[in-house]
Amino acid sequence: MTFPDGTDAIAELDLAVTAGEFVAVVGPSGCGKSTLLRIASGLTTPTSGTVEIRGTQVGYVFQDATLLPWRTVLGNFEVPAELRTAPKAQRRAQAQQAIELVGLRGFEQHHPRRLSGGMRMRVSLARALTLDPELFLFDEPFGALDEITRERLQDEVLQLFERKRFAGLFVTHSVFEAAFLASRVVVMSTRPGRIVGEVEVPFAYPRPPSLRFEPHFAEVAGSISALLRRPQR
Amino acid sequence: MTHPDLRRSRVAITRVVPPMLVALAFIAAWLLVSYEVLSARQRFLLPPPQRVLQVGFLDRHNLTEILRGLWSTTEVAVAGLCIAIVFGMLFAILMAQARWVERSFYPYAVVLQTIPIIALVPLIGFWFKFDFRSRVLVCVLISLFPVVTNTLFGLQSVDRGLLDLFRLHGAGRLAALRKLQLPAALPAAFAGFRIAAGLSVIGAIVGDFFFRQGQPGIGRLIDVYRSQLASERLFTAIFFSSLLGVVLFWVVGFIGHRAVRSWHESAEDRR
Ligand SMILES: Nc1ncnc2c1ncn2[C@@H]1O[C@H](COP(=O)(O)OP(=O)(O)O)[C@@H](O)[C@H]1O
Ligand SMILES: [Mg+2]
Repeated sequence: MTFPDGTDAIAELDLAVTAGEFVAVVGPSGCGKSTLLRIASGLTTPTSGTVEIRGTQVGYVFQDATLLPWRTVLGNFEVPAELRTAPKAQRRAQAQQAIELVGLRGFEQHHPRRLSGGMRMRVSLARALTLDPELFLFDEPFGALDEITRERLQDEVLQLFERKRFAGLFVTHSVFEAAFLASRVVVMSTRPGRIVGEVEVPFAYPRPPSLRFEPHFAEVAGSISALLRRPQR
Repeated sequence: MTHPDLRRSRVAITRVVPPMLVALAFIAAWLLVSYEVLSARQRFLLPPPQRVLQVGFLDRHNLTEILRGLWSTTEVAVAGLCIAIVFGMLFAILMAQARWVERSFYPYAVVLQTIPIIALVPLIGFWFKFDFRSRVLVCVLISLFPVVTNTLFGLQSVDRGLLDLFRLHGAGRLAALRKLQLPAALPAAFAGFRIAAGLSVIGAIVGDFFFRQGQPGIGRLIDVYRSQLASERLFTAIFFSSLLGVVLFWVVGFIGHRAVRSWHESAEDRR
């Protein structure tokens, strides 16, 4: 992928994510992780190469919560279906479901301004869920949150994954986050990005929050970190 | 923590007293100039406040004449403002559609701002007759620019992430405009409407000076009083014209506040 200004964002990258698989992508900042997701979702057309998606619905959780500030939480949930001109009744039902799923009952009529950063991200997550996506893209969604909130949201993402079994592609710069969420971790080089290694994460789902503090988990995280630090050509 | 009643009255005191003091100082200075600086023969240059009150406000005949003029000017200013808002927004929406459209038209919007409209007013009169329509046109020309620039700025500062979200879900231009760009532009647009409100009053009064057919506007009266050296009525008329500007500015501001108060930072209470 080369941008019009000549920036080579991604050199060469071949990646397949199957249904029920949760792949995390880690890499230094500026290596083309966001670009990879934008290409996967169709927001950016690659200068060369192709994207193939089986299934129709793509969920995309951006780096920021990207909520419409003039709409309530409930109103924001209706945005995806509304833009795809789904009937009103169906929109309402999906929005209600999303509220249940991420525990936002009681906040339906709040405007985003009145929510904390963690809550906003939770709304953003639930909004992407309203379309029941088969492919779920995450672009460092929890990077700006405090650690307690981040861990809670990671647990929630795992619960959603265990329940829905979507194909997940999760971009992060946190080695621990990648190891905790994913069944496979892909490590990217600095720009122009390419894949420098892969690590299979051997822990079965469902994963308990306490997994983060087990010695075996630290070993896996360590092996990802080693790939990141390995000198590159 | 103080008692809420006490706090409320303290807030009232801090808000009401300072402007009252300024008003008192202003009247004192006015009296001083009228009686001490000016001699009796020069006093018509600045008649004391009680004379203005007596002749301008309490004389039924004079007050009626001034209020009639004020109403006529108000009609012109409000009509001009509404038209400027509608056309200004359309113009801004058009320019927000593509860079090349903006690049083609924006220079002319700037020119509109810089040509001395006053010099054009007599011509406009010859072209379109010296009646209500021309007076409104002058208003529109004067108040259009802030509507255009502010709305355009608002439309263009939409969050990139939100645009991505809309694109991701296949939203067309119209849906993006209606559901994203226009609501996002409202705060900036209303800032423009408020400036335009003040300008439309100025435009209406400037128009009054030139257009002498039909019901005379307050600008026309100001001109007459000036030529008659009727300074009490002159001051009264000036007072009412600026009051009109303030009220229109405030009304537009109030509507804007109501429109965005549920979500925009600008509507937050400031202490
Ligand atoms: N639209 C664009 N035009 C030019 N360069 C871009 C554009 N988008 C991203 N880039 C560049 O491509 C590289 C990869 O960007 P990005 O995918 O956002 O990185 P990451 O998400 O891994 O931090 C960066 O150097 C960035 O500056
Ligand atoms: Mg990024």
